[in-house]
Amino acid sequence: MARSALTGTRIRERRTALRIKQADLARSVGISPAYLNLIEHNRRRVGDELLGQIAGAMAVDPVALSEGAEGALFDGLREAVAGAEAEGGAHMAGMPELERIEEFVGRFPGWAAILAGRQARVNALERVVESYSERMAQDPFLLASLHEVLSAVTSLRSTAAILVETDDIEPIWRARFLRTIQEESLRLSETAEALVGYLDDLEEAETGLSSPLEQVEAWLSARNWHLEELEEATPPPPEALIAGVAELASSAARKLAIAHIERAQADARALPLEAFRDAVAELGMDPALLATRFGAPLGAVFRRLATLPLAEGAQPVGLVICDGSGALTFRRGVPGFALPRFGAACPLWPLYEALARPMQPVRKVVDMAGRLPERFLTYAICQPSQPGGFDGPVLMEAMMLILPPPPERAPGERAIGSSCRICPRGECAGRREPSILSEA
Amino acid sequence: MSGKHVLLVEDEPHIAEAIRFILTRAGWKVSLEADGAQAYARIGSERPDAVILDLMLPGSSGLDILTSLRGDATLAELPVLMLSARGQVRDRDAATRAGATAFLAKPFANGDVLAMLDEIVTRAKEQRSA
Repeated sequence: MARSALTGTRIRERRTALRIKQADLARSVGISPAYLNLIEHNRRRVGDELLGQIAGAMAVDPVALSEGAEGALFDGLREAVAGAEAEGGAHMAGMPELERIEEFVGRFPGWAAILAGRQARVNALERVVESYSERMAQDPFLLASLHEVLSAVTSLRSTAAILVETDDIEPIWRARFLRTIQEESLRLSETAEALVGYLDDLEEAETGLSSPLEQVEAWLSARNWHLEELEEATPPPPEALIAGVAELASSAARKLAIAHIERAQADARALPLEAFRDAVAELGMDPALLATRFGAPLGAVFRRLATLPLAEGAQPVGLVICDGSGALTFRRGVPGFALPRFGAACPLWPLYEALARPMQPVRKVVDMAGRLPERFLTYAICQPSQPGGFDGPVLMEAMMLILPPPPERAPGERAIGSSCRICPRGECAGRREPSILSEA
Repeated sequence: MSGKHVLLVEDEPHIAEAIRFILTRAGWKVSLEADGAQAYARIGSERPDAVILDLMLPGSSGLDILTSLRGDATLAELPVLMLSARGQVRDRDAATRAGATAFLAKPFANGDVLAMLDEIVTRAKEQRSA
């Protein structure tokens, strides 16, 4: 496993915070101060074993040295590279030095952040363009209005031309064509008025820079994913919870938020907070045992586990939910488990295995590819529902809990990624498009 | 004036009236049909020299009518001028694939309808005599 250059920066930060001299630390792990200096300045990679020794000497977890908050930064930079490749620009300018991405981030954090920020902006703008062109191509009202306008213009043009170009037109025809022009002009102005009204009603936020789902995520994230109002005996109405929330800019996002609140409220009733926490302490995070204890649906337990108030020192619990098309409808990521910002996720996620085998529980320890691979325990289940009645469509919903891993590695752990484009697993059987990363 | 009969299948009454006026003054006999579902039967019974067919019609789409025409051995060679109020490449391609002899996007100049109609009928006559 390749250790990465930013590890050096973190070693240096930790060492200076602990007021340990460079020479002392180097001596205690058996390397020269000069070599440690190179490591600390991200000029030399540090192996697993040495990192373990350095961490031991400073009494910190090795993960704390190799982990960083820069994950998103790396993803952003890689997306920028992928974007340049897609446009063919990377070939003209020469490929960026992907293998030195960590050195770049380590040595020029400001520039790297700006580049990744620009990339995020480009992504957002691309989405706006997409939504506009989709609207133009698909919107039935726009299409019907356009047809009306073209029809009216066609008959106006033909009729006007007849009146102008026919010298010897009979009075009865002249009168009839003049009436046509009058009627078609009225129709044209009515259609134009309706169009203007329609375009006025389009909320600016509807075509804004983030999708409704992302707005709900931003709001829930700001609330630490837990809505304590719903634990009260008589919770406030859902609308009161989202009144004036800046993150929920579009009406579509507010609708999604209300649906989330209603579901969370039902979950809170089925699994009262105190009793549920006690049960988790007693039974552990086994969703099936918890569901049995409370006689509650498995889905409610999944959602409850992922939205409990976070106890001191505990690791957050992630949850992803998808519908039958595989589209993610709920995403709560956890550090180290990268959720794709756009497009489809890794096909090897146990979530999709569960989707293909409804009602069969899937328990899987996964190894998430990243700068530093990280393990997670996942529980996944797919359940059908028929909100449209017995004859209505059967809707599938799969959900996957993302929990801290068991300490010991066991056979059968699965290597997964975030999404193919930025996944380093070169030899993956599930790959659907080439990765921009050259590492194997 | 014999041999110049066109059936105009168009559901927009004002457009149909304008086209009829132009064609009639140019010596054509023009029959009107606004309902797509009736169009095929009328073509079969009236046997016009050409058909002007709107692409979007109530009852049956212009493309469906055209496909039926081309599948009928006695009507397969009938010149058809297709009109569309959505002048995209897609409509033009669809019309061509379905066997339209010519395609005109709305809005059009009156002279274009006349010129195109004359052209496809003349071409069809030449092909028959050749």
